[in-house]
Amino acid sequence: MSGLDDLDFAILRALSEDATLSAGALGRQLGLSQPATWRRIKRLQEAGIIAGRRLELDKEKLGFGVTVFLGVKLATKGRVSLEDFERAVSAIPEVQTVEHVLGMYDYRLRVTARDISDFERVLRRRVMTLPGVGNVEANVLLSEERRPGPLG
Amino acid sequence: MLDDLDRRILRYMQSDPEQSIPDLAERLGLTASRLSRRLEKLRESGVILGQRAVIDWRALGYEVEVSLRVTLDKTNPRAFDEFIEAARGIAEVIEIQTFLGQVDVRLSVIARDMPHYQQIYRAAILNLPHITDIEALMHVARIKSDEVLPV
Repeated sequence: MSGLDDLDFAILRALSEDATLSAGALGRQLGLSQPATWRRIKRLQEAGIIAGRRLELDKEKLGFGVTVFLGVKLATKGRVSLEDFERAVSAIPEVQTVEHVLGMYDYRLRVTARDISDFERVLRRRVMTLPGVGNVEANVLLSEERRPGPLG
Repeated sequence: MLDDLDRRILRYMQSDPEQSIPDLAERLGLTASRLSRRLEKLRESGVILGQRAVIDWRALGYEVEVSLRVTLDKTNPRAFDEFIEAARGIAEVIEIQTFLGQVDVRLSVIARDMPHYQQIYRAAILNLPHITDIEALMHVARIKSDEVLPV
């Protein structure tokens, strides 16, 4: 979608911080009327730029103390094995994201667990038993921050 | 602290964060006011931190996403702080993560196309301080991206 202006970028910045802001409250921040703000939000949604919402939870308070990123190299390749692997890995509840990448690994997985021994259980019983899994590298997440990105 | 009802509420909300309180209450078999009180408690105790809009960078014209795995010079005690501070100054960096393992820091970088990526990489990324090694993983596709916690 072309023709985005500074107000659109300001709306994206505000909603990526707090998606529950009403069109009225957001409009007041930006000096826009409620209907004008609403129309802009609607347009950004229809263009697929606002792709949805994510509920932010405190994972430690919910008992998930460990996040590990796994780099997975497949041992065997071919279309069928990729699809089998993707279906099976996506079905593991502790696997939060699956990204297909090019480089030294084929897939990058974000895995959440209660603690290190719970992670070991997920790794041994669920990940290492996936169809076609070869080499696996693990990195334990210490901190993360999401940046606003190039929004104007 | 959390009971089964709280967990059910969080499961439903994670699967569809956009549904309204009355719709969610109906699916859970609760009154809207009881659900609102529960949500208020979950927010007050800090379990629910908020809701963020998910931006599709591809729809905004950013076709390229690269994951840069960076190793830092750990002989310098300020290496992490100074590297992260400088990385925050690059607009195309959308995620900064630190790790315990073979990788020290990972940056998610987006770009409009490969020439644009090349430009960011040469002009900005390679100027970041204390880098000893960089490996790049090029993003092909997101197979699963909901980041749901199995509560």
